[in-house]
Amino acid sequence: MSRTELLETADEAVAGIEDGATILVGGFGLAGMPFDLIDALIRQGAKDLMIVANNAGNGEVGLAALLKAGRVRKVLCSFPRQSDSWVFDELYRAGKVELEVVPQGNLAERMRAAGAGIGAFFCPTAVGTPLAEGKETRMIDGREYVLEYPIKGDYALIAAHRADRLGNLVYRMTARNFGPVMATAGTTTIVQVSEVVDTGTLDPEAVVTPSIYVDRVVQVDARHYTVQGAR
Amino acid sequence: MTITNTTTAGSGTVEHLDRGPLSMGELAAVIAGDIPAGVYVNLGIGQPTRIADHLSAEQGIVLHTENGMLGMGPAAQGDEIDPDLTNAGKVPVTELPGAAYFHHADSFAMMRGGHLDVCVLGAYQVAANGDLANWHTGRSDDIPAVGGAMDLAIGAKSVFIMMTLFAKDGSPKLVPGCTYPLTGVGCVSRVYTDHGVFEVGPDRRQNVSVIATYGISVSALRSRLDVRLAEA
Repeated sequence: MSRTELLETADEAVAGIEDGATILVGGFGLAGMPFDLIDALIRQGAKDLMIVANNAGNGEVGLAALLKAGRVRKVLCSFPRQSDSWVFDELYRAGKVELEVVPQGNLAERMRAAGAGIGAFFCPTAVGTPLAEGKETRMIDGREYVLEYPIKGDYALIAAHRADRLGNLVYRMTARNFGPVMATAGTTTIVQVSEVVDTGTLDPEAVVTPSIYVDRVVQVDARHYTVQGAR
Repeated sequence: MTITNTTTAGSGTVEHLDRGPLSMGELAAVIAGDIPAGVYVNLGIGQPTRIADHLSAEQGIVLHTENGMLGMGPAAQGDEIDPDLTNAGKVPVTELPGAAYFHHADSFAMMRGGHLDVCVLGAYQVAANGDLANWHTGRSDDIPAVGGAMDLAIGAKSVFIMMTLFAKDGSPKLVPGCTYPLTGVGCVSRVYTDHGVFEVGPDRRQNVSVIATYGISVSALRSRLDVRLAEA
């Protein structure tokens, strides 16, 4: 892994993303959503994208804006339906976007496996449900497990709180969510942060994502949104 | 009004006939009273999150939220609202002293690894053998959304369900077998409803005990449910 690039703009950070790419997009609802990277990706123009994320967009910002721009072929996620997922709902009902639903823990662990070089793993989640249909199963110590394969991204777009100039990352509260896992599973990991600090000023004991996983970093002003109608 | 805690299995079914069914708030209080002290609990999304309002500090319960936190506090109000800090339903919440944050793979390892004592989930249907259906109605116009439900259902040591006993059309939601797509097989321990509290037998063989009823007798429940009900 080459050293992390520090870029001036989000547009530079998303340069080169190809049509048809698989992109892991961080965030749980809108917490940890890389808004600026997604806006830059919309300007960049890549289309026919396969998006891996927890949700399928909230409101009109972030992932929802990318969907609305018509750039997404398929969403692989755990929880598309939400009080404010109207952009996805409309596209899905019109047959304009594909959906694959994956249990949230499998989504996380399959990306973890991809980043950790694991070929596949047996998991007890979803045994006996429609989401395990057609999948290989095995009894281990009297319990049934389903064989699950890694999910790797051509790119990971995530938001962290702070980076140092080497690319070490720390996150903030539950905005951490999928970020550290996606950082390991993206061939090219692109991170937006609210602050870049001098190398040596992050506590090494507190670094959550070590720089080896991070390819590009851009500093942006933090934008915050909350999910409307959440309950 | 005060709700007394339900009695435990073996000490007899308690019929509360001097009142109507529980409101969802009252049901949340009943469940809160039944959660053992000092355990790690996940309250899912929606109605079960109301249970948090009824937990006392003395119970020493630590709340887990799937989006990467232990030590979750009450919903955030006013200036406390921080978009980086939400619960699994994306509602802004607060952190308590001793809180810890972690990433999603760790959060779900806590469930599957058997570290979480109790989770409380909503349901479309629960079967007498403990099967749970709560993620998809199976209708062609429904957009399925599973979230963390399947991981919680098979991961938590005890899975409690909080639901109304009857759907809006009057059909029972405690059923001989789920007709909706399953979330988990034989995973439910207890079913808390507005009309009564039920315990699924440990052998998961269609053996449901009635712990308590609210505004209805056991015999009336027997006539409305297509499940074999034993008295506790």
